Amino acid sequence: MKHTISIIVENRFGAFDRIATMFSGKGFNIQSISIGETEVKDLSRMTIVTSGDEVIIQQIIKQLNRLIDTIKVVDLTESDRTERELMLISLNYQKGSLEEIKNICDIFRGNIVDINNRSVMIEITGPPAKMDAAVNVFAQYGIKEVARSGTVALKRGEQIKLPVKNQV
Amino acid sequence: MKKSGSKLSGAAIFFESLKQENVEVIFGIPGGATIKIYEELYDIDFLTHILAKHEQGATHMAEGYARSTGKVGVALVTSGPGATNTVTGIANAYMDSSPIVVFTGQVPTALIGNDAFQEADIVGITRPITKHNFLVRDVKDLAETIKKAFFIASTGRPGPVVVDLPKDVIADTHTFDYSGKVEIRGYKPNYSGHKNQIKKAANAIQKAKRPLLYVGGGVIMSDAAKELTELARKNNIPVTMTLQGLGAFPGNDKLSLGMLGMHGMFWANMAVNNCDVLVALGARFDDRVTGDIDSFASKAYKIHVDIDPTAIEKNVLVDLPIVGDVKHIMSELSEEIKEVPDRTKWLKQIEGWRKQCPLTYKTDDGILRTAYVIEKISEKTKGNAVVISDVGQHQMWIAQFFKFTQPRTHLSSGGLGTMGFGLPAAIGVSMGIKDKPIISISGDGGFQMNIQELITAVAYKRPIKIFIINNSFLGMVRQWQELFHEEKYSFTDLSEANPDFVRVGKALGIPSYAASSMEEADKYIDKALEMTDGPVLVEFRVLKEDMVFPMVPSGASISDMMIKRHNPIRMV
Repeated sequence: MKHTISIIVENRFGAFDRIATMFSGKGFNIQSISIGETEVKDLSRMTIVTSGDEVIIQQIIKQLNRLIDTIKVVDLTESDRTERELMLISLNYQKGSLEEIKNICDIFRGNIVDINNRSVMIEITGPPAKMDAAVNVFAQYGIKEVARSGTVALKRGEQIKLPVKNQV
Repeated sequence: MKKSGSKLSGAAIFFESLKQENVEVIFGIPGGATIKIYEELYDIDFLTHILAKHEQGATHMAEGYARSTGKVGVALVTSGPGATNTVTGIANAYMDSSPIVVFTGQVPTALIGNDAFQEADIVGITRPITKHNFLVRDVKDLAETIKKAFFIASTGRPGPVVVDLPKDVIADTHTFDYSGKVEIRGYKPNYSGHKNQIKKAANAIQKAKRPLLYVGGGVIMSDAAKELTELARKNNIPVTMTLQGLGAFPGNDKLSLGMLGMHGMFWANMAVNNCDVLVALGARFDDRVTGDIDSFASKAYKIHVDIDPTAIEKNVLVDLPIVGDVKHIMSELSEEIKEVPDRTKWLKQIEGWRKQCPLTYKTDDGILRTAYVIEKISEKTKGNAVVISDVGQHQMWIAQFFKFTQPRTHLSSGGLGTMGFGLPAAIGVSMGIKDKPIISISGDGGFQMNIQELITAVAYKRPIKIFIINNSFLGMVRQWQELFHEEKYSFTDLSEANPDFVRVGKALGIPSYAASSMEEADKYIDKALEMTDGPVLVEFRVLKEDMVFPMVPSGASISDMMIKRHNPIRMV
């Protein structure tokens, strides 16, 4: 089963490599990986989409926790979460097809971010499944290149009760 | 110590830090990248530096010292080849969870990545074989990094830590401050164990009719031999140990079943597969222990105590995991267990297995066998010795026939199975242990893998009994070839390739003897044990084609043992 794991790591030389080395050394699979800064200066958030049975996922989480540079590991799979991916897709277009492409782009709520007389680049964000769908639809025009960011995910708004004085 | 507040060189900070960590000995070889450190060492007298002959030897020495004393072992090597030579030693310490810190020299920070002379990315290379590693990029981080390295190596599940020291960082200056508390937000080992889980375990053990303690190296690492002995004796529970667990429980106690697993005792393996509650203590269900996973202790309710959460359910699914320090948890278990049911029937059943298939070897043909040599050493020392084995057949015979009675007296390369570990590890042991004979036992094959450290043993007059079990074969491989590979003895016969070990010893000025009979073996073991001044070498010329039994073929159930040559029989 597919699992989305969110990891807070030290934003430090080698921290990413340690995680990647662990995955390859233990033979765990990685479907996508993304890493970026967080609200805290010296911490990064890594989102890894992986798959395996319950025992393997438990091992992955324990092995991640065991690394000294990882601060927090959360399997978001069972939680209410938002997952997003960014895709840049570059297409060929012929005379007359641009309008059609523009319409499909709108359906996917994408933006045309670059255009010349032969090709057009579209930016689409959304859940990973939407990227797959967009790639399928745009395939008819001839895809030149695709770049996908990998999944980023956050747990959705925890229902925290604010202290009364902060309420409006 | 220099005045606080004044600036010290990185090299001086390095040694001040080691002083704060109470380091009394380091093992190493100087080189270009570490020359400033060695310059500083020239005037340092609070520690001893042992000059190894090869960096692999230095790391094994550090590990031998660490495992026999419980302190952190330290190795110091130069960049490039000096660093890459430590890789096997580091991997060995990682697999056996030994606390060592390896300091490697590195080219100046400005040259890192430039393929500079004697540059190797040792931090990258050792990432999968260290508990953690550091590249110190600024002298102001040096003391704190060293403090963290010792902390990480020695706490939780111990392991090796590499600290890479660029040449300019060592030359640079900074004030020395070692007063800070180590705070690593991503590293908080849990020692205490979940109260409810401990209660549940106590309850299960109390109710068990056929309980068994399966003890690994973790019990020795956490200095929990006393707690184990109490738990076992108070509750009348038999104890079986892994290779690394030997010594955790007295081998001469009636509750001791000796080692389990591939070359384990028949009765120990039978007990595993017939027990109703199996308590794994600081053990990791290694494949050499479990054989076929599905049939391993299949009738038992399994409790697993380990400080490393990743060890739990890595290989075998358990019914009750407890993450924490085994010392702490065993003493709580002892407190929680109030009643002891009658376990005579279970112990009698085990005695029956013991009688059914006792551990024996032939003595009536006058041929010298390894088992005899080991049994004699065990008898003559009464188990009061530190025995360091190498890897192969002799290692298994030591595990079977030597009666270990104290923790930290049996050292062996268990996880990685590093031939050549024994001799340098024994040198390391000799730097920490002064009150027991130190006996290094190697096969003729493994002995040659770090034979250069013989010179180190001589140079520092290490009082080590260097015993070589010479069967003129890479014996364990030969055994597999005979049993499973159509008797094709491909490149395992060393009879034409071995040196004359006695002459090698003599060339270095070591009193050296060869024993070819049981009488000679007796004589030279006695002689070696009497000698206390420097190393002594005895070569035991043993039966060439001897084999270690019982043996569980790879992947078979551990109760499916071959008990003698050419006659595999199913014993269940």
